[in-house]
Amino acid sequence: MRYTADKMTVRAASDRSLLVSFGENISTEAQRSVARLTHALQGVRGILNLHPAFVSVLVEFDPRLRQHSEIEALVHDRVETAAEHEDAPARLIEIPVRYDGPDIKDVAEHANLTVTQMVELHSSAEYEVAFVGFSTCFPYLSGLPAALATPRLKAPRKHVPAGSIAIGGAQAGVYPLASPGGWRLIGHTELRLFDPAGEPPGLLRMGDRVRFLPVAEERH
Amino acid sequence: MNRLHILSPGMLTTVQDLGRFGWAHQGVSASGAADPLALRAGNLLVGNAENAAALEMTLVGAELVFDRNAVIALTGSEMGAGVPFWQPIEVRGGETLHCGATQAGARAYLAVRGGIAARKTMGSASVHVMTGVGGRPLRKGDVLEIGEGAVRRPRGPAGFPQRWQPRSILRATPGPQAEWFADGLFGAPYTVTEESNRMGLRLRGRAIPSPAGQMITEGVALGAVQVPPDGQPIVLFVEHQTTGGYPKPANVISADFWKLGQLRPRDPVEFESVTIEQALGLLREQEEWLYSL
Repeated sequence: MRYTADKMTVRAASDRSLLVSFGENISTEAQRSVARLTHALQGVRGILNLHPAFVSVLVEFDPRLRQHSEIEALVHDRVETAAEHEDAPARLIEIPVRYDGPDIKDVAEHANLTVTQMVELHSSAEYEVAFVGFSTCFPYLSGLPAALATPRLKAPRKHVPAGSIAIGGAQAGVYPLASPGGWRLIGHTELRLFDPAGEPPGLLRMGDRVRFLPVAEERH
Repeated sequence: MNRLHILSPGMLTTVQDLGRFGWAHQGVSASGAADPLALRAGNLLVGNAENAAALEMTLVGAELVFDRNAVIALTGSEMGAGVPFWQPIEVRGGETLHCGATQAGARAYLAVRGGIAARKTMGSASVHVMTGVGGRPLRKGDVLEIGEGAVRRPRGPAGFPQRWQPRSILRATPGPQAEWFADGLFGAPYTVTEESNRMGLRLRGRAIPSPAGQMITEGVALGAVQVPPDGQPIVLFVEHQTTGGYPKPANVISADFWKLGQLRPRDPVEFESVTIEQALGLLREQEEWLYSL
């Protein structure tokens, strides 16, 4: 299961960063390697930021303290020696959702389902946080039932409210903060995914399992 | 404790230090001073640690007044402030400082001896304007406390090295998808558009054929030049997204980050190709200048 150094590619992305890739296809193995490397490089002196994604980690470092060759050697060493995390079971986070998003009918229609069936399908699946990225604490969730994959909007919305539950292509996600965005909105949650004073500030982290729990429609 | 009163914030004035590092895996980009060279120089000139919090003023500066005498340094793009830039100066308590419009570049920095005692969020005082992490832009009536974090005596005047101009030449190393692109980016004239902000500088000029849509979203670095399907490059800036799915033919070098912070809408820019070794040499030269202050 482990990616050894010869299956990994490392290249310079800038004069202060390296892009470490584990293959060209999204897979559980690649995801595990990304999580393991990100974890193993936390807190290394001279590393400024780690940007995990589906199959890669961008390592940004202080070019006054570290050279590309040093960071590359460190990456190889950590990939070989990183501890397995299998003993720590993934957390399950439940996100209560009111399924009232503006695109819910379009998503149901695209899937050839009624809205009720669509909600049933979306809330019966179990998701995994592939990585947190793009914008503040935004979780990229894998595990969306294939029928619910829906293309992004042609023109992104200028304003997506905080807590929006969304589908973008084959991915599911939640917008922690109000922002522009092109994903389809099917509902919203009151759960806070980002609290700048929290430790840590983000609710979700890579590898967490996620379920969406439908909550009753408000009566007016 | 001395305090600073904002009488008028100008166009966009925020508290910035060198940024909020270590949170990209949570989707939070560093933010921080758009022209880090000017921020660091300003802090060094007044005797602060280089990472002390200071004011970043954009295009039109603030009107402000201190309760008591303060030693400040203005750096970055000169403004019609009636005070010299790139040197420590004393302002009297109760005396209003009017910073006008920037003369050439986009941003000026006001560093104050002792630093601005702003509350830190996730380890940094920097305001991330787009998300509100770290606070919001300053408004009329805001009062900021001045800290006591000076570490040495104020320094003598320092001219900004003219050899680093012009800011229109952005030197760049190859990006992670450089081999997907034939020539096209380097040497062609581009213009900074009005849609540019602290997230990114959107350029307009020769469209570059972009093989977008074939990529898996990956981490993106500060200064990355990404090319969306319309072929018009975007330079990712201090409040950039942490991951993205557009291919990147190039990445602006660290020694030229300050230029990104000084480019204004309608400014011309041109990319020049350099190697990583050249980029690091240019960065060393800049660091030596800072150490000399």
